[in-house]
Amino acid sequence: MTTQLFEYAPSSPDSLASTERDDPVHGELMKLNMGPQHPATHGVLQLKIDLDGETMHNIDPVVGFLHRGKEKTCESLGWAKFFPHTDRLDYVQPLMNNIGYALTLEQLAQLEVPERGQIIRVLLMEISRIAAHLIYLGTTAIDLGAVSIFFGTFKERERIYSILDAYTGHRMNNSYVRIGGVFADVDDQVEGMMREFLNSIPASIDGWEGMLTGNRIWYDRNRNVGTITKEQALAWALTGPNLRGAGVALDLRKSQPYSGYEDYDFDIPVGTVGDCYDRYLVRIEEMRQSVLIALQALERLRTTRGGEFLAEDRRYVLPPKDKVHSSMEELIFQFKIVTDLRLPRGEAYHPIESSKGELGFFCVSDGTSSPVRCHIRAPGLYNVQAIPAIAEGRLFSDMVAIIGSLDFVMGEVDR
Amino acid sequence: MPLPLVWLIKVVLIYGGLITVAAAMSLAERKVSAWIQWRVGPNRVGPWGLLQPVADGVKFIFKEELVPEGANQTLFRLAPILSAVPPMLAVAVIPFAGEVSIGGHVTTLSIADLDISTLYVVAIGGLGIYGVILGGWSSNSKYSLLGGLRASAQMVSYELSLLLSILVVVVLSGTLDLRQIVNDQAGPIFAWNIFALPVGPIAFLLFVIATFAETNRHPFDFAECEPELVGGFHTEYSSMKFALFFLGEYCAMTVMACLTTVFFLGGGNIPWWPDAPWLLELTCFLSKMGFFLFLFLWVRWTLPRFRFDQLMALGWKVMLPIAIANVFVTGALLSLGWFA
Repeated sequence: MTTQLFEYAPSSPDSLASTERDDPVHGELMKLNMGPQHPATHGVLQLKIDLDGETMHNIDPVVGFLHRGKEKTCESLGWAKFFPHTDRLDYVQPLMNNIGYALTLEQLAQLEVPERGQIIRVLLMEISRIAAHLIYLGTTAIDLGAVSIFFGTFKERERIYSILDAYTGHRMNNSYVRIGGVFADVDDQVEGMMREFLNSIPASIDGWEGMLTGNRIWYDRNRNVGTITKEQALAWALTGPNLRGAGVALDLRKSQPYSGYEDYDFDIPVGTVGDCYDRYLVRIEEMRQSVLIALQALERLRTTRGGEFLAEDRRYVLPPKDKVHSSMEELIFQFKIVTDLRLPRGEAYHPIESSKGELGFFCVSDGTSSPVRCHIRAPGLYNVQAIPAIAEGRLFSDMVAIIGSLDFVMGEVDR
Repeated sequence: MPLPLVWLIKVVLIYGGLITVAAAMSLAERKVSAWIQWRVGPNRVGPWGLLQPVADGVKFIFKEELVPEGANQTLFRLAPILSAVPPMLAVAVIPFAGEVSIGGHVTTLSIADLDISTLYVVAIGGLGIYGVILGGWSSNSKYSLLGGLRASAQMVSYELSLLLSILVVVVLSGTLDLRQIVNDQAGPIFAWNIFALPVGPIAFLLFVIATFAETNRHPFDFAECEPELVGGFHTEYSSMKFALFFLGEYCAMTVMACLTTVFFLGGGNIPWWPDAPWLLELTCFLSKMGFFLFLFLWVRWTLPRFRFDQLMALGWKVMLPIAIANVFVTGALLSLGWFA
């Protein structure tokens, strides 16, 4: 077995030299440090930029300011106790991360989630997707100067938080997904709130589109800015709306369906140019499609009322609390699962289509109560990688449009 | 009552009014933005948040004065003053209303009536940009420097369109005196320069767009540019120096709103009522001015921001040719007796 060494090469080895160049026309380049404390970098991302007037050269993104060692934490905490930590990866869609991790563990355990549990998961994932895209729309709009859109999206997002609060008891960091299903059933009140929200959100989206999509300033700021070609997007392993904006119709919900997505009727929006404007349009349409999926899921919830939402497998799934108090076997199961939940030996990778792209957890189990290796394939990191190439030679003002449209959350980039 | 006392009363009234309007604008900005954004806005200090500007003033005074290391000490302290003073000087020649009687003296409601007041306003108003440029340059900060650079380029581009659209008004009225320009628009509503077809509406539009750029207001607020430049030219300013920049901005907006009213909407003239009492004229003037001040806020909280090169392209490739053509058309039509 040979060992291959990878040497770290800075993206711009001659950037230092180029700032001291002696060009009679343009003079020196100005080194600009954008971030990690900068309002438009959406978190603690640092960008080292050489500015020639307003034109950017040698862009060098520096990640890692939010590194909390999540993968190592998973390896030391154990299988089930890592759920609350997945909330903190991409913190605008905690439930999506929960489900991604749970699906990997279920694949490892060969566990089947009951139908109603899958429907609830789909519902939660699509609600989370809408919430995450609302963050994208609001923050990108505020970066490009349309401040009021931000308040509109946050007002709608607040309603999602209220729904999740009613369902999970938390606004953020819900941790409501378990191996084998979800913690609790969706009751009538939550169902009603969801239905009300899903019926009214398309009108709000129309309103924002009315302010932005046909707006000449918005169009000029986004059209042909940050263009990613199909080939580039594939070469950089971009996924999600960034890939679809570039014209590749790849959506894991269609290509590798999970949680019963194959039974839902929805379309995948695809861009043509791959610029910021396409990515904006793709995300707007994805929100509408998410509403359609969630409404279908609500319909299915009605037909499966009273069904199982959590698998009955006492190796991995906690018994109901009232039984624990009265039955000896259930008490033993409870004790075993809480203290020493073991998954079978093997490895598993389960990708899901998160709001940012392919979110995958890779877990290797040696049969003990914690993984040998847990790797998180976070789409945000790949999105950050695309910044230097697509922003090279553009104006400084385009940087905020590009950062906004690539839509990453540093919590999952740095992990 | 001696005449100098009358002058003093006018000065105190008009400057007091200007500062009040500027302070009220800082509240209005937040109230209007809150209204547009489904929020409530300031409502803790005084009824309906009316004392918020006072609270802000007190807060600004007690904030720590920070001068960055390596900043040009003199220019850094001079820049806020340079930004705030010119718009206050420019307001001196605005004819708010016709003749009033103060203490037995019949006088006009403006601090000074110059026969070249248009030139005066343009010259003094053009100085305001030095505050922004010097503030950006002397801060010893890269973001501020970029803001200052953008501001200087923007001023040069948009001042041209602004002046050329004023030129149309000057040609139409045949005078540089703001009061004469106002008197020229007395009578029916069609006497207003905005209705001087076909050139009036075009000049009006160009003027309004250029005022947004001249006052560094959204969607042309590149000198500030919150998301990219983190405040731009005033990133490094704190305390009253920062407040002076804001005061300057709101005063400049007020002056520009006044000028739009004077040049295009007949100043204090009430249509079909040339001899209206001065109080009504003043109210009429202030409501027209108020509309344009509201327009500044309305646009700011609605539109996205331009990119810098798009702004320059708009200024040089679109607005300037139209403005030049507009002046020529005005001249040609005037010589043909169109406006008679």
